[in-house]
Amino acid sequence: MTLSEAKQAVVEDFSMYDEWLDKYEYLIELGKKPGPFPESSKTDEKLIKGCQSRVWLDSKVENGKVIFSADSDAIITKGIISLLIGVYSGRTAEEIADDDFAWLDEIGLRENLSPTRSNGLVSMIETIKKIANSLRDNG
Amino acid sequence: MKEWFSQLDEKVYGKPLVYLDNAATSLRPRSVIDKWTEMSVKNNSNLHRAVHYTASKATEEYENARKQVADFIGAKPSRIVFTSGTTASINLLAFSFGECCVREGDEIIIAECEHHSDIVPWQLLCQRKKAVIKVLPVDETGHLCVDRLPSLLTEKTRIVCVSHVSNVLGIVNPISKIVDICHSRGVPVLVDGAQGIVHLPVDVGEIACDFYVFSGHKMYAAPGTGVLYASGDWLDRLPPYMGGGEMIGTVKWSGSTYAPAPQKFEAGTQNISGVPTWCPAITTAEALRRKDAGLSAIKEYVLEKLHSIGGLRLYGEPAFPEDKIPLFSFTVEGAHHEDLALILDKMGIALRSGQMCAEPLMDRFGVTGMLRASFAPYNTMKEAEYFIESLNKAISMLR
Ligand SMILES: Cc1ncc(COP(=O)(O)O)c(C=O)c1O
Repeated sequence: MTLSEAKQAVVEDFSMYDEWLDKYEYLIELGKKPGPFPESSKTDEKLIKGCQSRVWLDSKVENGKVIFSADSDAIITKGIISLLIGVYSGRTAEEIADDDFAWLDEIGLRENLSPTRSNGLVSMIETIKKIANSLRDNG
Repeated sequence: MKEWFSQLDEKVYGKPLVYLDNAATSLRPRSVIDKWTEMSVKNNSNLHRAVHYTASKATEEYENARKQVADFIGAKPSRIVFTSGTTASINLLAFSFGECCVREGDEIIIAECEHHSDIVPWQLLCQRKKAVIKVLPVDETGHLCVDRLPSLLTEKTRIVCVSHVSNVLGIVNPISKIVDICHSRGVPVLVDGAQGIVHLPVDVGEIACDFYVFSGHKMYAAPGTGVLYASGDWLDRLPPYMGGGEMIGTVKWSGSTYAPAPQKFEAGTQNISGVPTWCPAITTAEALRRKDAGLSAIKEYVLEKLHSIGGLRLYGEPAFPEDKIPLFSFTVEGAHHEDLALILDKMGIALRSGQMCAEPLMDRFGVTGMLRASFAPYNTMKEAEYFIESLNKAISMLR
């Protein structure tokens, strides 16, 4: 799946639900899937600042592609970061750095989170972009 | 009484708003909003400064509010300083008290359950004066370990700072007892009444504390209004905090003299449209208190239902009904406080989640945050039932 196909797939998934509570159910299901994220990686450097709950994001490069993994102590937050990772993991640093992240507005995620959570989303996006930018510039 | 608070008719996400974040700020009744706008529409003028009609009208409204606030807590008007809120009152006190009474090596005792605004101003003072803070702990049930107080007090203790009611635990602290213990050792006491004033009758003469502070916005008045009450001659002894217009006697290049208290502490243009709202706010508070019966039933109901939810931990377990105000902070095993707040928000319920400006207390209980529901007299049993039902639903979504 290309990046734009992956984004389109999420937008379509989301459009099936009218109610925000149903969208949360969807995010909760995503968040409940245990990601491979070892406790030892839950360090302060990997903590995303600006979230009310704790979110850790880790990244590595394999065959020229950025692989993300993440965890959070709150399930909806974990669902959101899983959503982001599902779309961006396995892409090149250039692809991620050049993306406009506009699909998040299309699914209404940004405006439908509480202000603190929405700040958290902004921080997640910023962190993903920062990682991609530095990999591109150094790679 | 619900009709006084038009915000109760608001809808959020198409659902009726169930406002259970009253401990953060209360809703405002029509009478307060009317007074607030009247001050801008008809009586806007600066205070004390001019002889013209509107200035004297505005000044009269402002000083009336001082009288009514004083009556409300059993104080003399000259012992009431208007500030912008509890935070401003404590910062004023920490500065002025620090200047007059705190030196290197001195000690300040602060209760473990205090709001950040009753901690950080004292830390700033301690940095300035090289003084130290000692902590009066709370036990597992959220009650202050008052029996530890006598041994914490030393020759060097300058002040003890404690909330009437913590904004997290909701437990009514035994402030008269604390004052007795401290006074027997010659130590003054500050009581942070931000939550207490909303739910409890306050008579500062009876409590006998040296300082009592609270905010208007938590008890129906306009935001940006607050009170610092000081007993006896404290206000005459404390040096001013801010300098500026209206707080002076004379100003010469060789030096200035100050106006008598309370003006000495009210430099600059005051909250001329907000302060007069104290009058309708107090009238509202008194009327609501007379109808308080409904709230006790809600408190009993919510307490019982929360206790019956598996894996729920309540912080601040009352020993008897009057031991707690209708404020419930809790965590639920397997359901993060932020997830719960987010889901309940979409069900139309406004709650507080997170550290609640009491990080040391979160550390004390080993949690990163809590969820809090705080009720006001205009909340109904139906809303309480809807809250419990929704909470159960949200928990089952997350588990
Ligand atoms: C116990 C307590 N103290 C102090 C404050 C601070 O009040 P304000 O923000 O109105 O200055 C609050 C408000 O949250 C409080 O609940």
